[in-house]
Amino acid sequence: MAYEPSLTKYVGEPNSYTLDFYLKHQRGYEGLRKALTVKPDDIIEQVKASGLRGRGGAGFPTGMKWQFVLKETPKPRYICCNADESEPGTFKDHVLMERNPHLLIEGCAISCYAIGAKVAYIYIRGEFHHVQEILEAEIEKAYRAGYLGRNVLGGGFDCDVYVHRGAGAYEAGEETALIESLEGKRAQPRIKPPFPASAGLYQCPTAVNNVETLCNVPLIVLNGPEWFVGIGPEKNGGPKLFCVSGHVKKPGVYEASMHTTLRELIYGHAGGMLDDRPLKAMIPGGSSVPLLLPDQLDTPVSFDHIQKAGSLLGSAGLIVLDDTVCMVWLAMNLLHFYRHESCGKCTPCREGCDWLFKLLARLEAGEGRSKDLDLLSGVSNNIIGKTLCAFGDAAATPVLSTMKLFRGEYEAHVREGRCTLPAGWRATHPTLVAH
Amino acid sequence: MSFHPPMEYAPTRFHKSERELAEPGGGFTYTPENQAKFDANVKRYPADQRKSAILYALYLAQNQQGYLTAAAMRHVAQQIGCTAAEVEDVVSYYTMFFTKPVGTYVLNVCRTLSCALRGAERVTEELIATLGIKPGETDPTGTFTLLEVECLGACDRAPVVMVNDDWHERLDPDQVRVLVDAIRARGRAAFSGCHLHKEKM
Ligand SMILES: Cc1cc2nc3c(=O)[nH]c(=O)nc-3n(C[C@H](O)[C@H](O)[C@H](O)COP(=O)(O)O)c2cc1C
Ligand code: SF4
Ligand code: FES
Repeated sequence: MAYEPSLTKYVGEPNSYTLDFYLKHQRGYEGLRKALTVKPDDIIEQVKASGLRGRGGAGFPTGMKWQFVLKETPKPRYICCNADESEPGTFKDHVLMERNPHLLIEGCAISCYAIGAKVAYIYIRGEFHHVQEILEAEIEKAYRAGYLGRNVLGGGFDCDVYVHRGAGAYEAGEETALIESLEGKRAQPRIKPPFPASAGLYQCPTAVNNVETLCNVPLIVLNGPEWFVGIGPEKNGGPKLFCVSGHVKKPGVYEASMHTTLRELIYGHAGGMLDDRPLKAMIPGGSSVPLLLPDQLDTPVSFDHIQKAGSLLGSAGLIVLDDTVCMVWLAMNLLHFYRHESCGKCTPCREGCDWLFKLLARLEAGEGRSKDLDLLSGVSNNIIGKTLCAFGDAAATPVLSTMKLFRGEYEAHVREGRCTLPAGWRATHPTLVAH
Repeated sequence: MSFHPPMEYAPTRFHKSERELAEPGGGFTYTPENQAKFDANVKRYPADQRKSAILYALYLAQNQQGYLTAAAMRHVAQQIGCTAAEVEDVVSYYTMFFTKPVGTYVLNVCRTLSCALRGAERVTEELIATLGIKPGETDPTGTFTLLEVECLGACDRAPVVMVNDDWHERLDPDQVRVLVDAIRARGRAAFSGCHLHKEKM
């Protein structure tokens, strides 16, 4: 049976982002109307029954997260939509917000109703300024049409949705760092517990959810949890967006069920390898997860299958690498990212990332020594599991994973005193490009 | 009584921070339009949480005079009702705020993995050659500033260059000179913008 997209079916249409289009083609705001006729707890039950798992990275069940949101309190409750989308290799929320913004707005409204919140803040990364303009204009239209504001659809429910613009910080995607940033501070994570569900934004009960997660909520309410469950493998239901980038013919965002395999994504949806070169490795879930090898191509891209294969689905950002990629260079490129983005709150991450980057840069420049390899794994293992947030593990992963699978390349760099795989797409004079 | 060993108070022996202070700048206040925008934005947050509007307030100031001076940060502090140190704390954390003048066009080249795989390092090299400046620098005429940034969230359109708040995608290294000339000639009109506006996916 051919897969029928439901999140991105119309994103290629010129007016797909408008309210009129949404009402006409996507049964717009019917989900909200339906939700307001039942009790908030029923919505939570439906989302639980659907098994919807967070699309932001961790894959945590959304219904359960909502159930934890403290009810017995005089404080207001909040929804924070995580639209920070900064994980290298990830670009799906961008598409949803730009081409289907009303699905997100409706998702925010239903989620607010479910957890008893009156306000949702959409925290969007600062670089998505063009997306923000569209989103805010459409929110304005939703207000005027009575889908947001006081007494939504005459159901006695008040709901405000605001966009909050970040200013360039990967770490703002971590949920407690996002809350700190929203409160007007540096985007540095908090110590947990307390979890946001009990003390989040302004110390009030808060649910932080990814854009794609919230976009699934109206679909579940409208089509029922069974529909959602039926789409994918067990415990991995629902439509899913996959971002394919790197050495493929047609990089892009592809919607599919989690039955789909890595092979189908790369050789089907993304049109195969660029210049038909051989596949060397894949990073299936954004830059923070372990690499997979070509013999794992037939793994379905579900949270559980990818985990069983030894990696993580993460943000579903599939980065495809052909045989021209030097793995030491790759680790260096990613550690440059992590070194730059570490929020600096804990020592192993702040100092470790810098150290790892310097070691990798030295190896890549041909000045590495053989004991650098032990040092690399030593430093990495002193970061993993010893930091305040998951960033630390994420940063050490590219090093440990490439060292495990491609140790020979590291050794060759030391032995030959140069990069053994300098590709044409890389800098001709690496020292000119800043480190 | 102090338990510290006696210290030599020679200035050369002191640890000297490498941090550069923000330029003081002349007196700064919002234009009436920006003041109105700020007053509207701050209403999005609970009345006792004005600090939430700090990033917005800083963007307003930066758009007004191109970068953030100490005077501008002090003005933001007054608007928010916090200390200037708190504002500086925030400014120094986020990458999108400038405390030094930048060119009319800030070219932010994405250098992270997916873009690098499709030639971002070559794009940066071409820009260095074309503009005669290195990443982090501004050309003498104040037209261009070149920066390398991390993943912009559009990896399918690699290599990506963000010019101010606009995007330029799929920039082949051999197209760099053409783009720079086009920006010189036509300004913003030379940007190709975000792909989603234009083409079918
Ligand atoms: C370092 C770091 C960066 C993150 N970046 C993002 C991000 O950009 N977008 C996102 O949705 N989640 C991100 N997350 C995951 C969030 O912390 C959080 O789990 C997620 O927003 C929860 O939403 P979900 O349950 O709907 O997935 C990040 C986590 C970490 C540790
Ligand atoms: S692990 Fe890194 S990013 Fe996370 S809190 Fe510690 S220093 Fe910050
Ligand atoms: S790596 Fe350049 S946009 Fe993601």
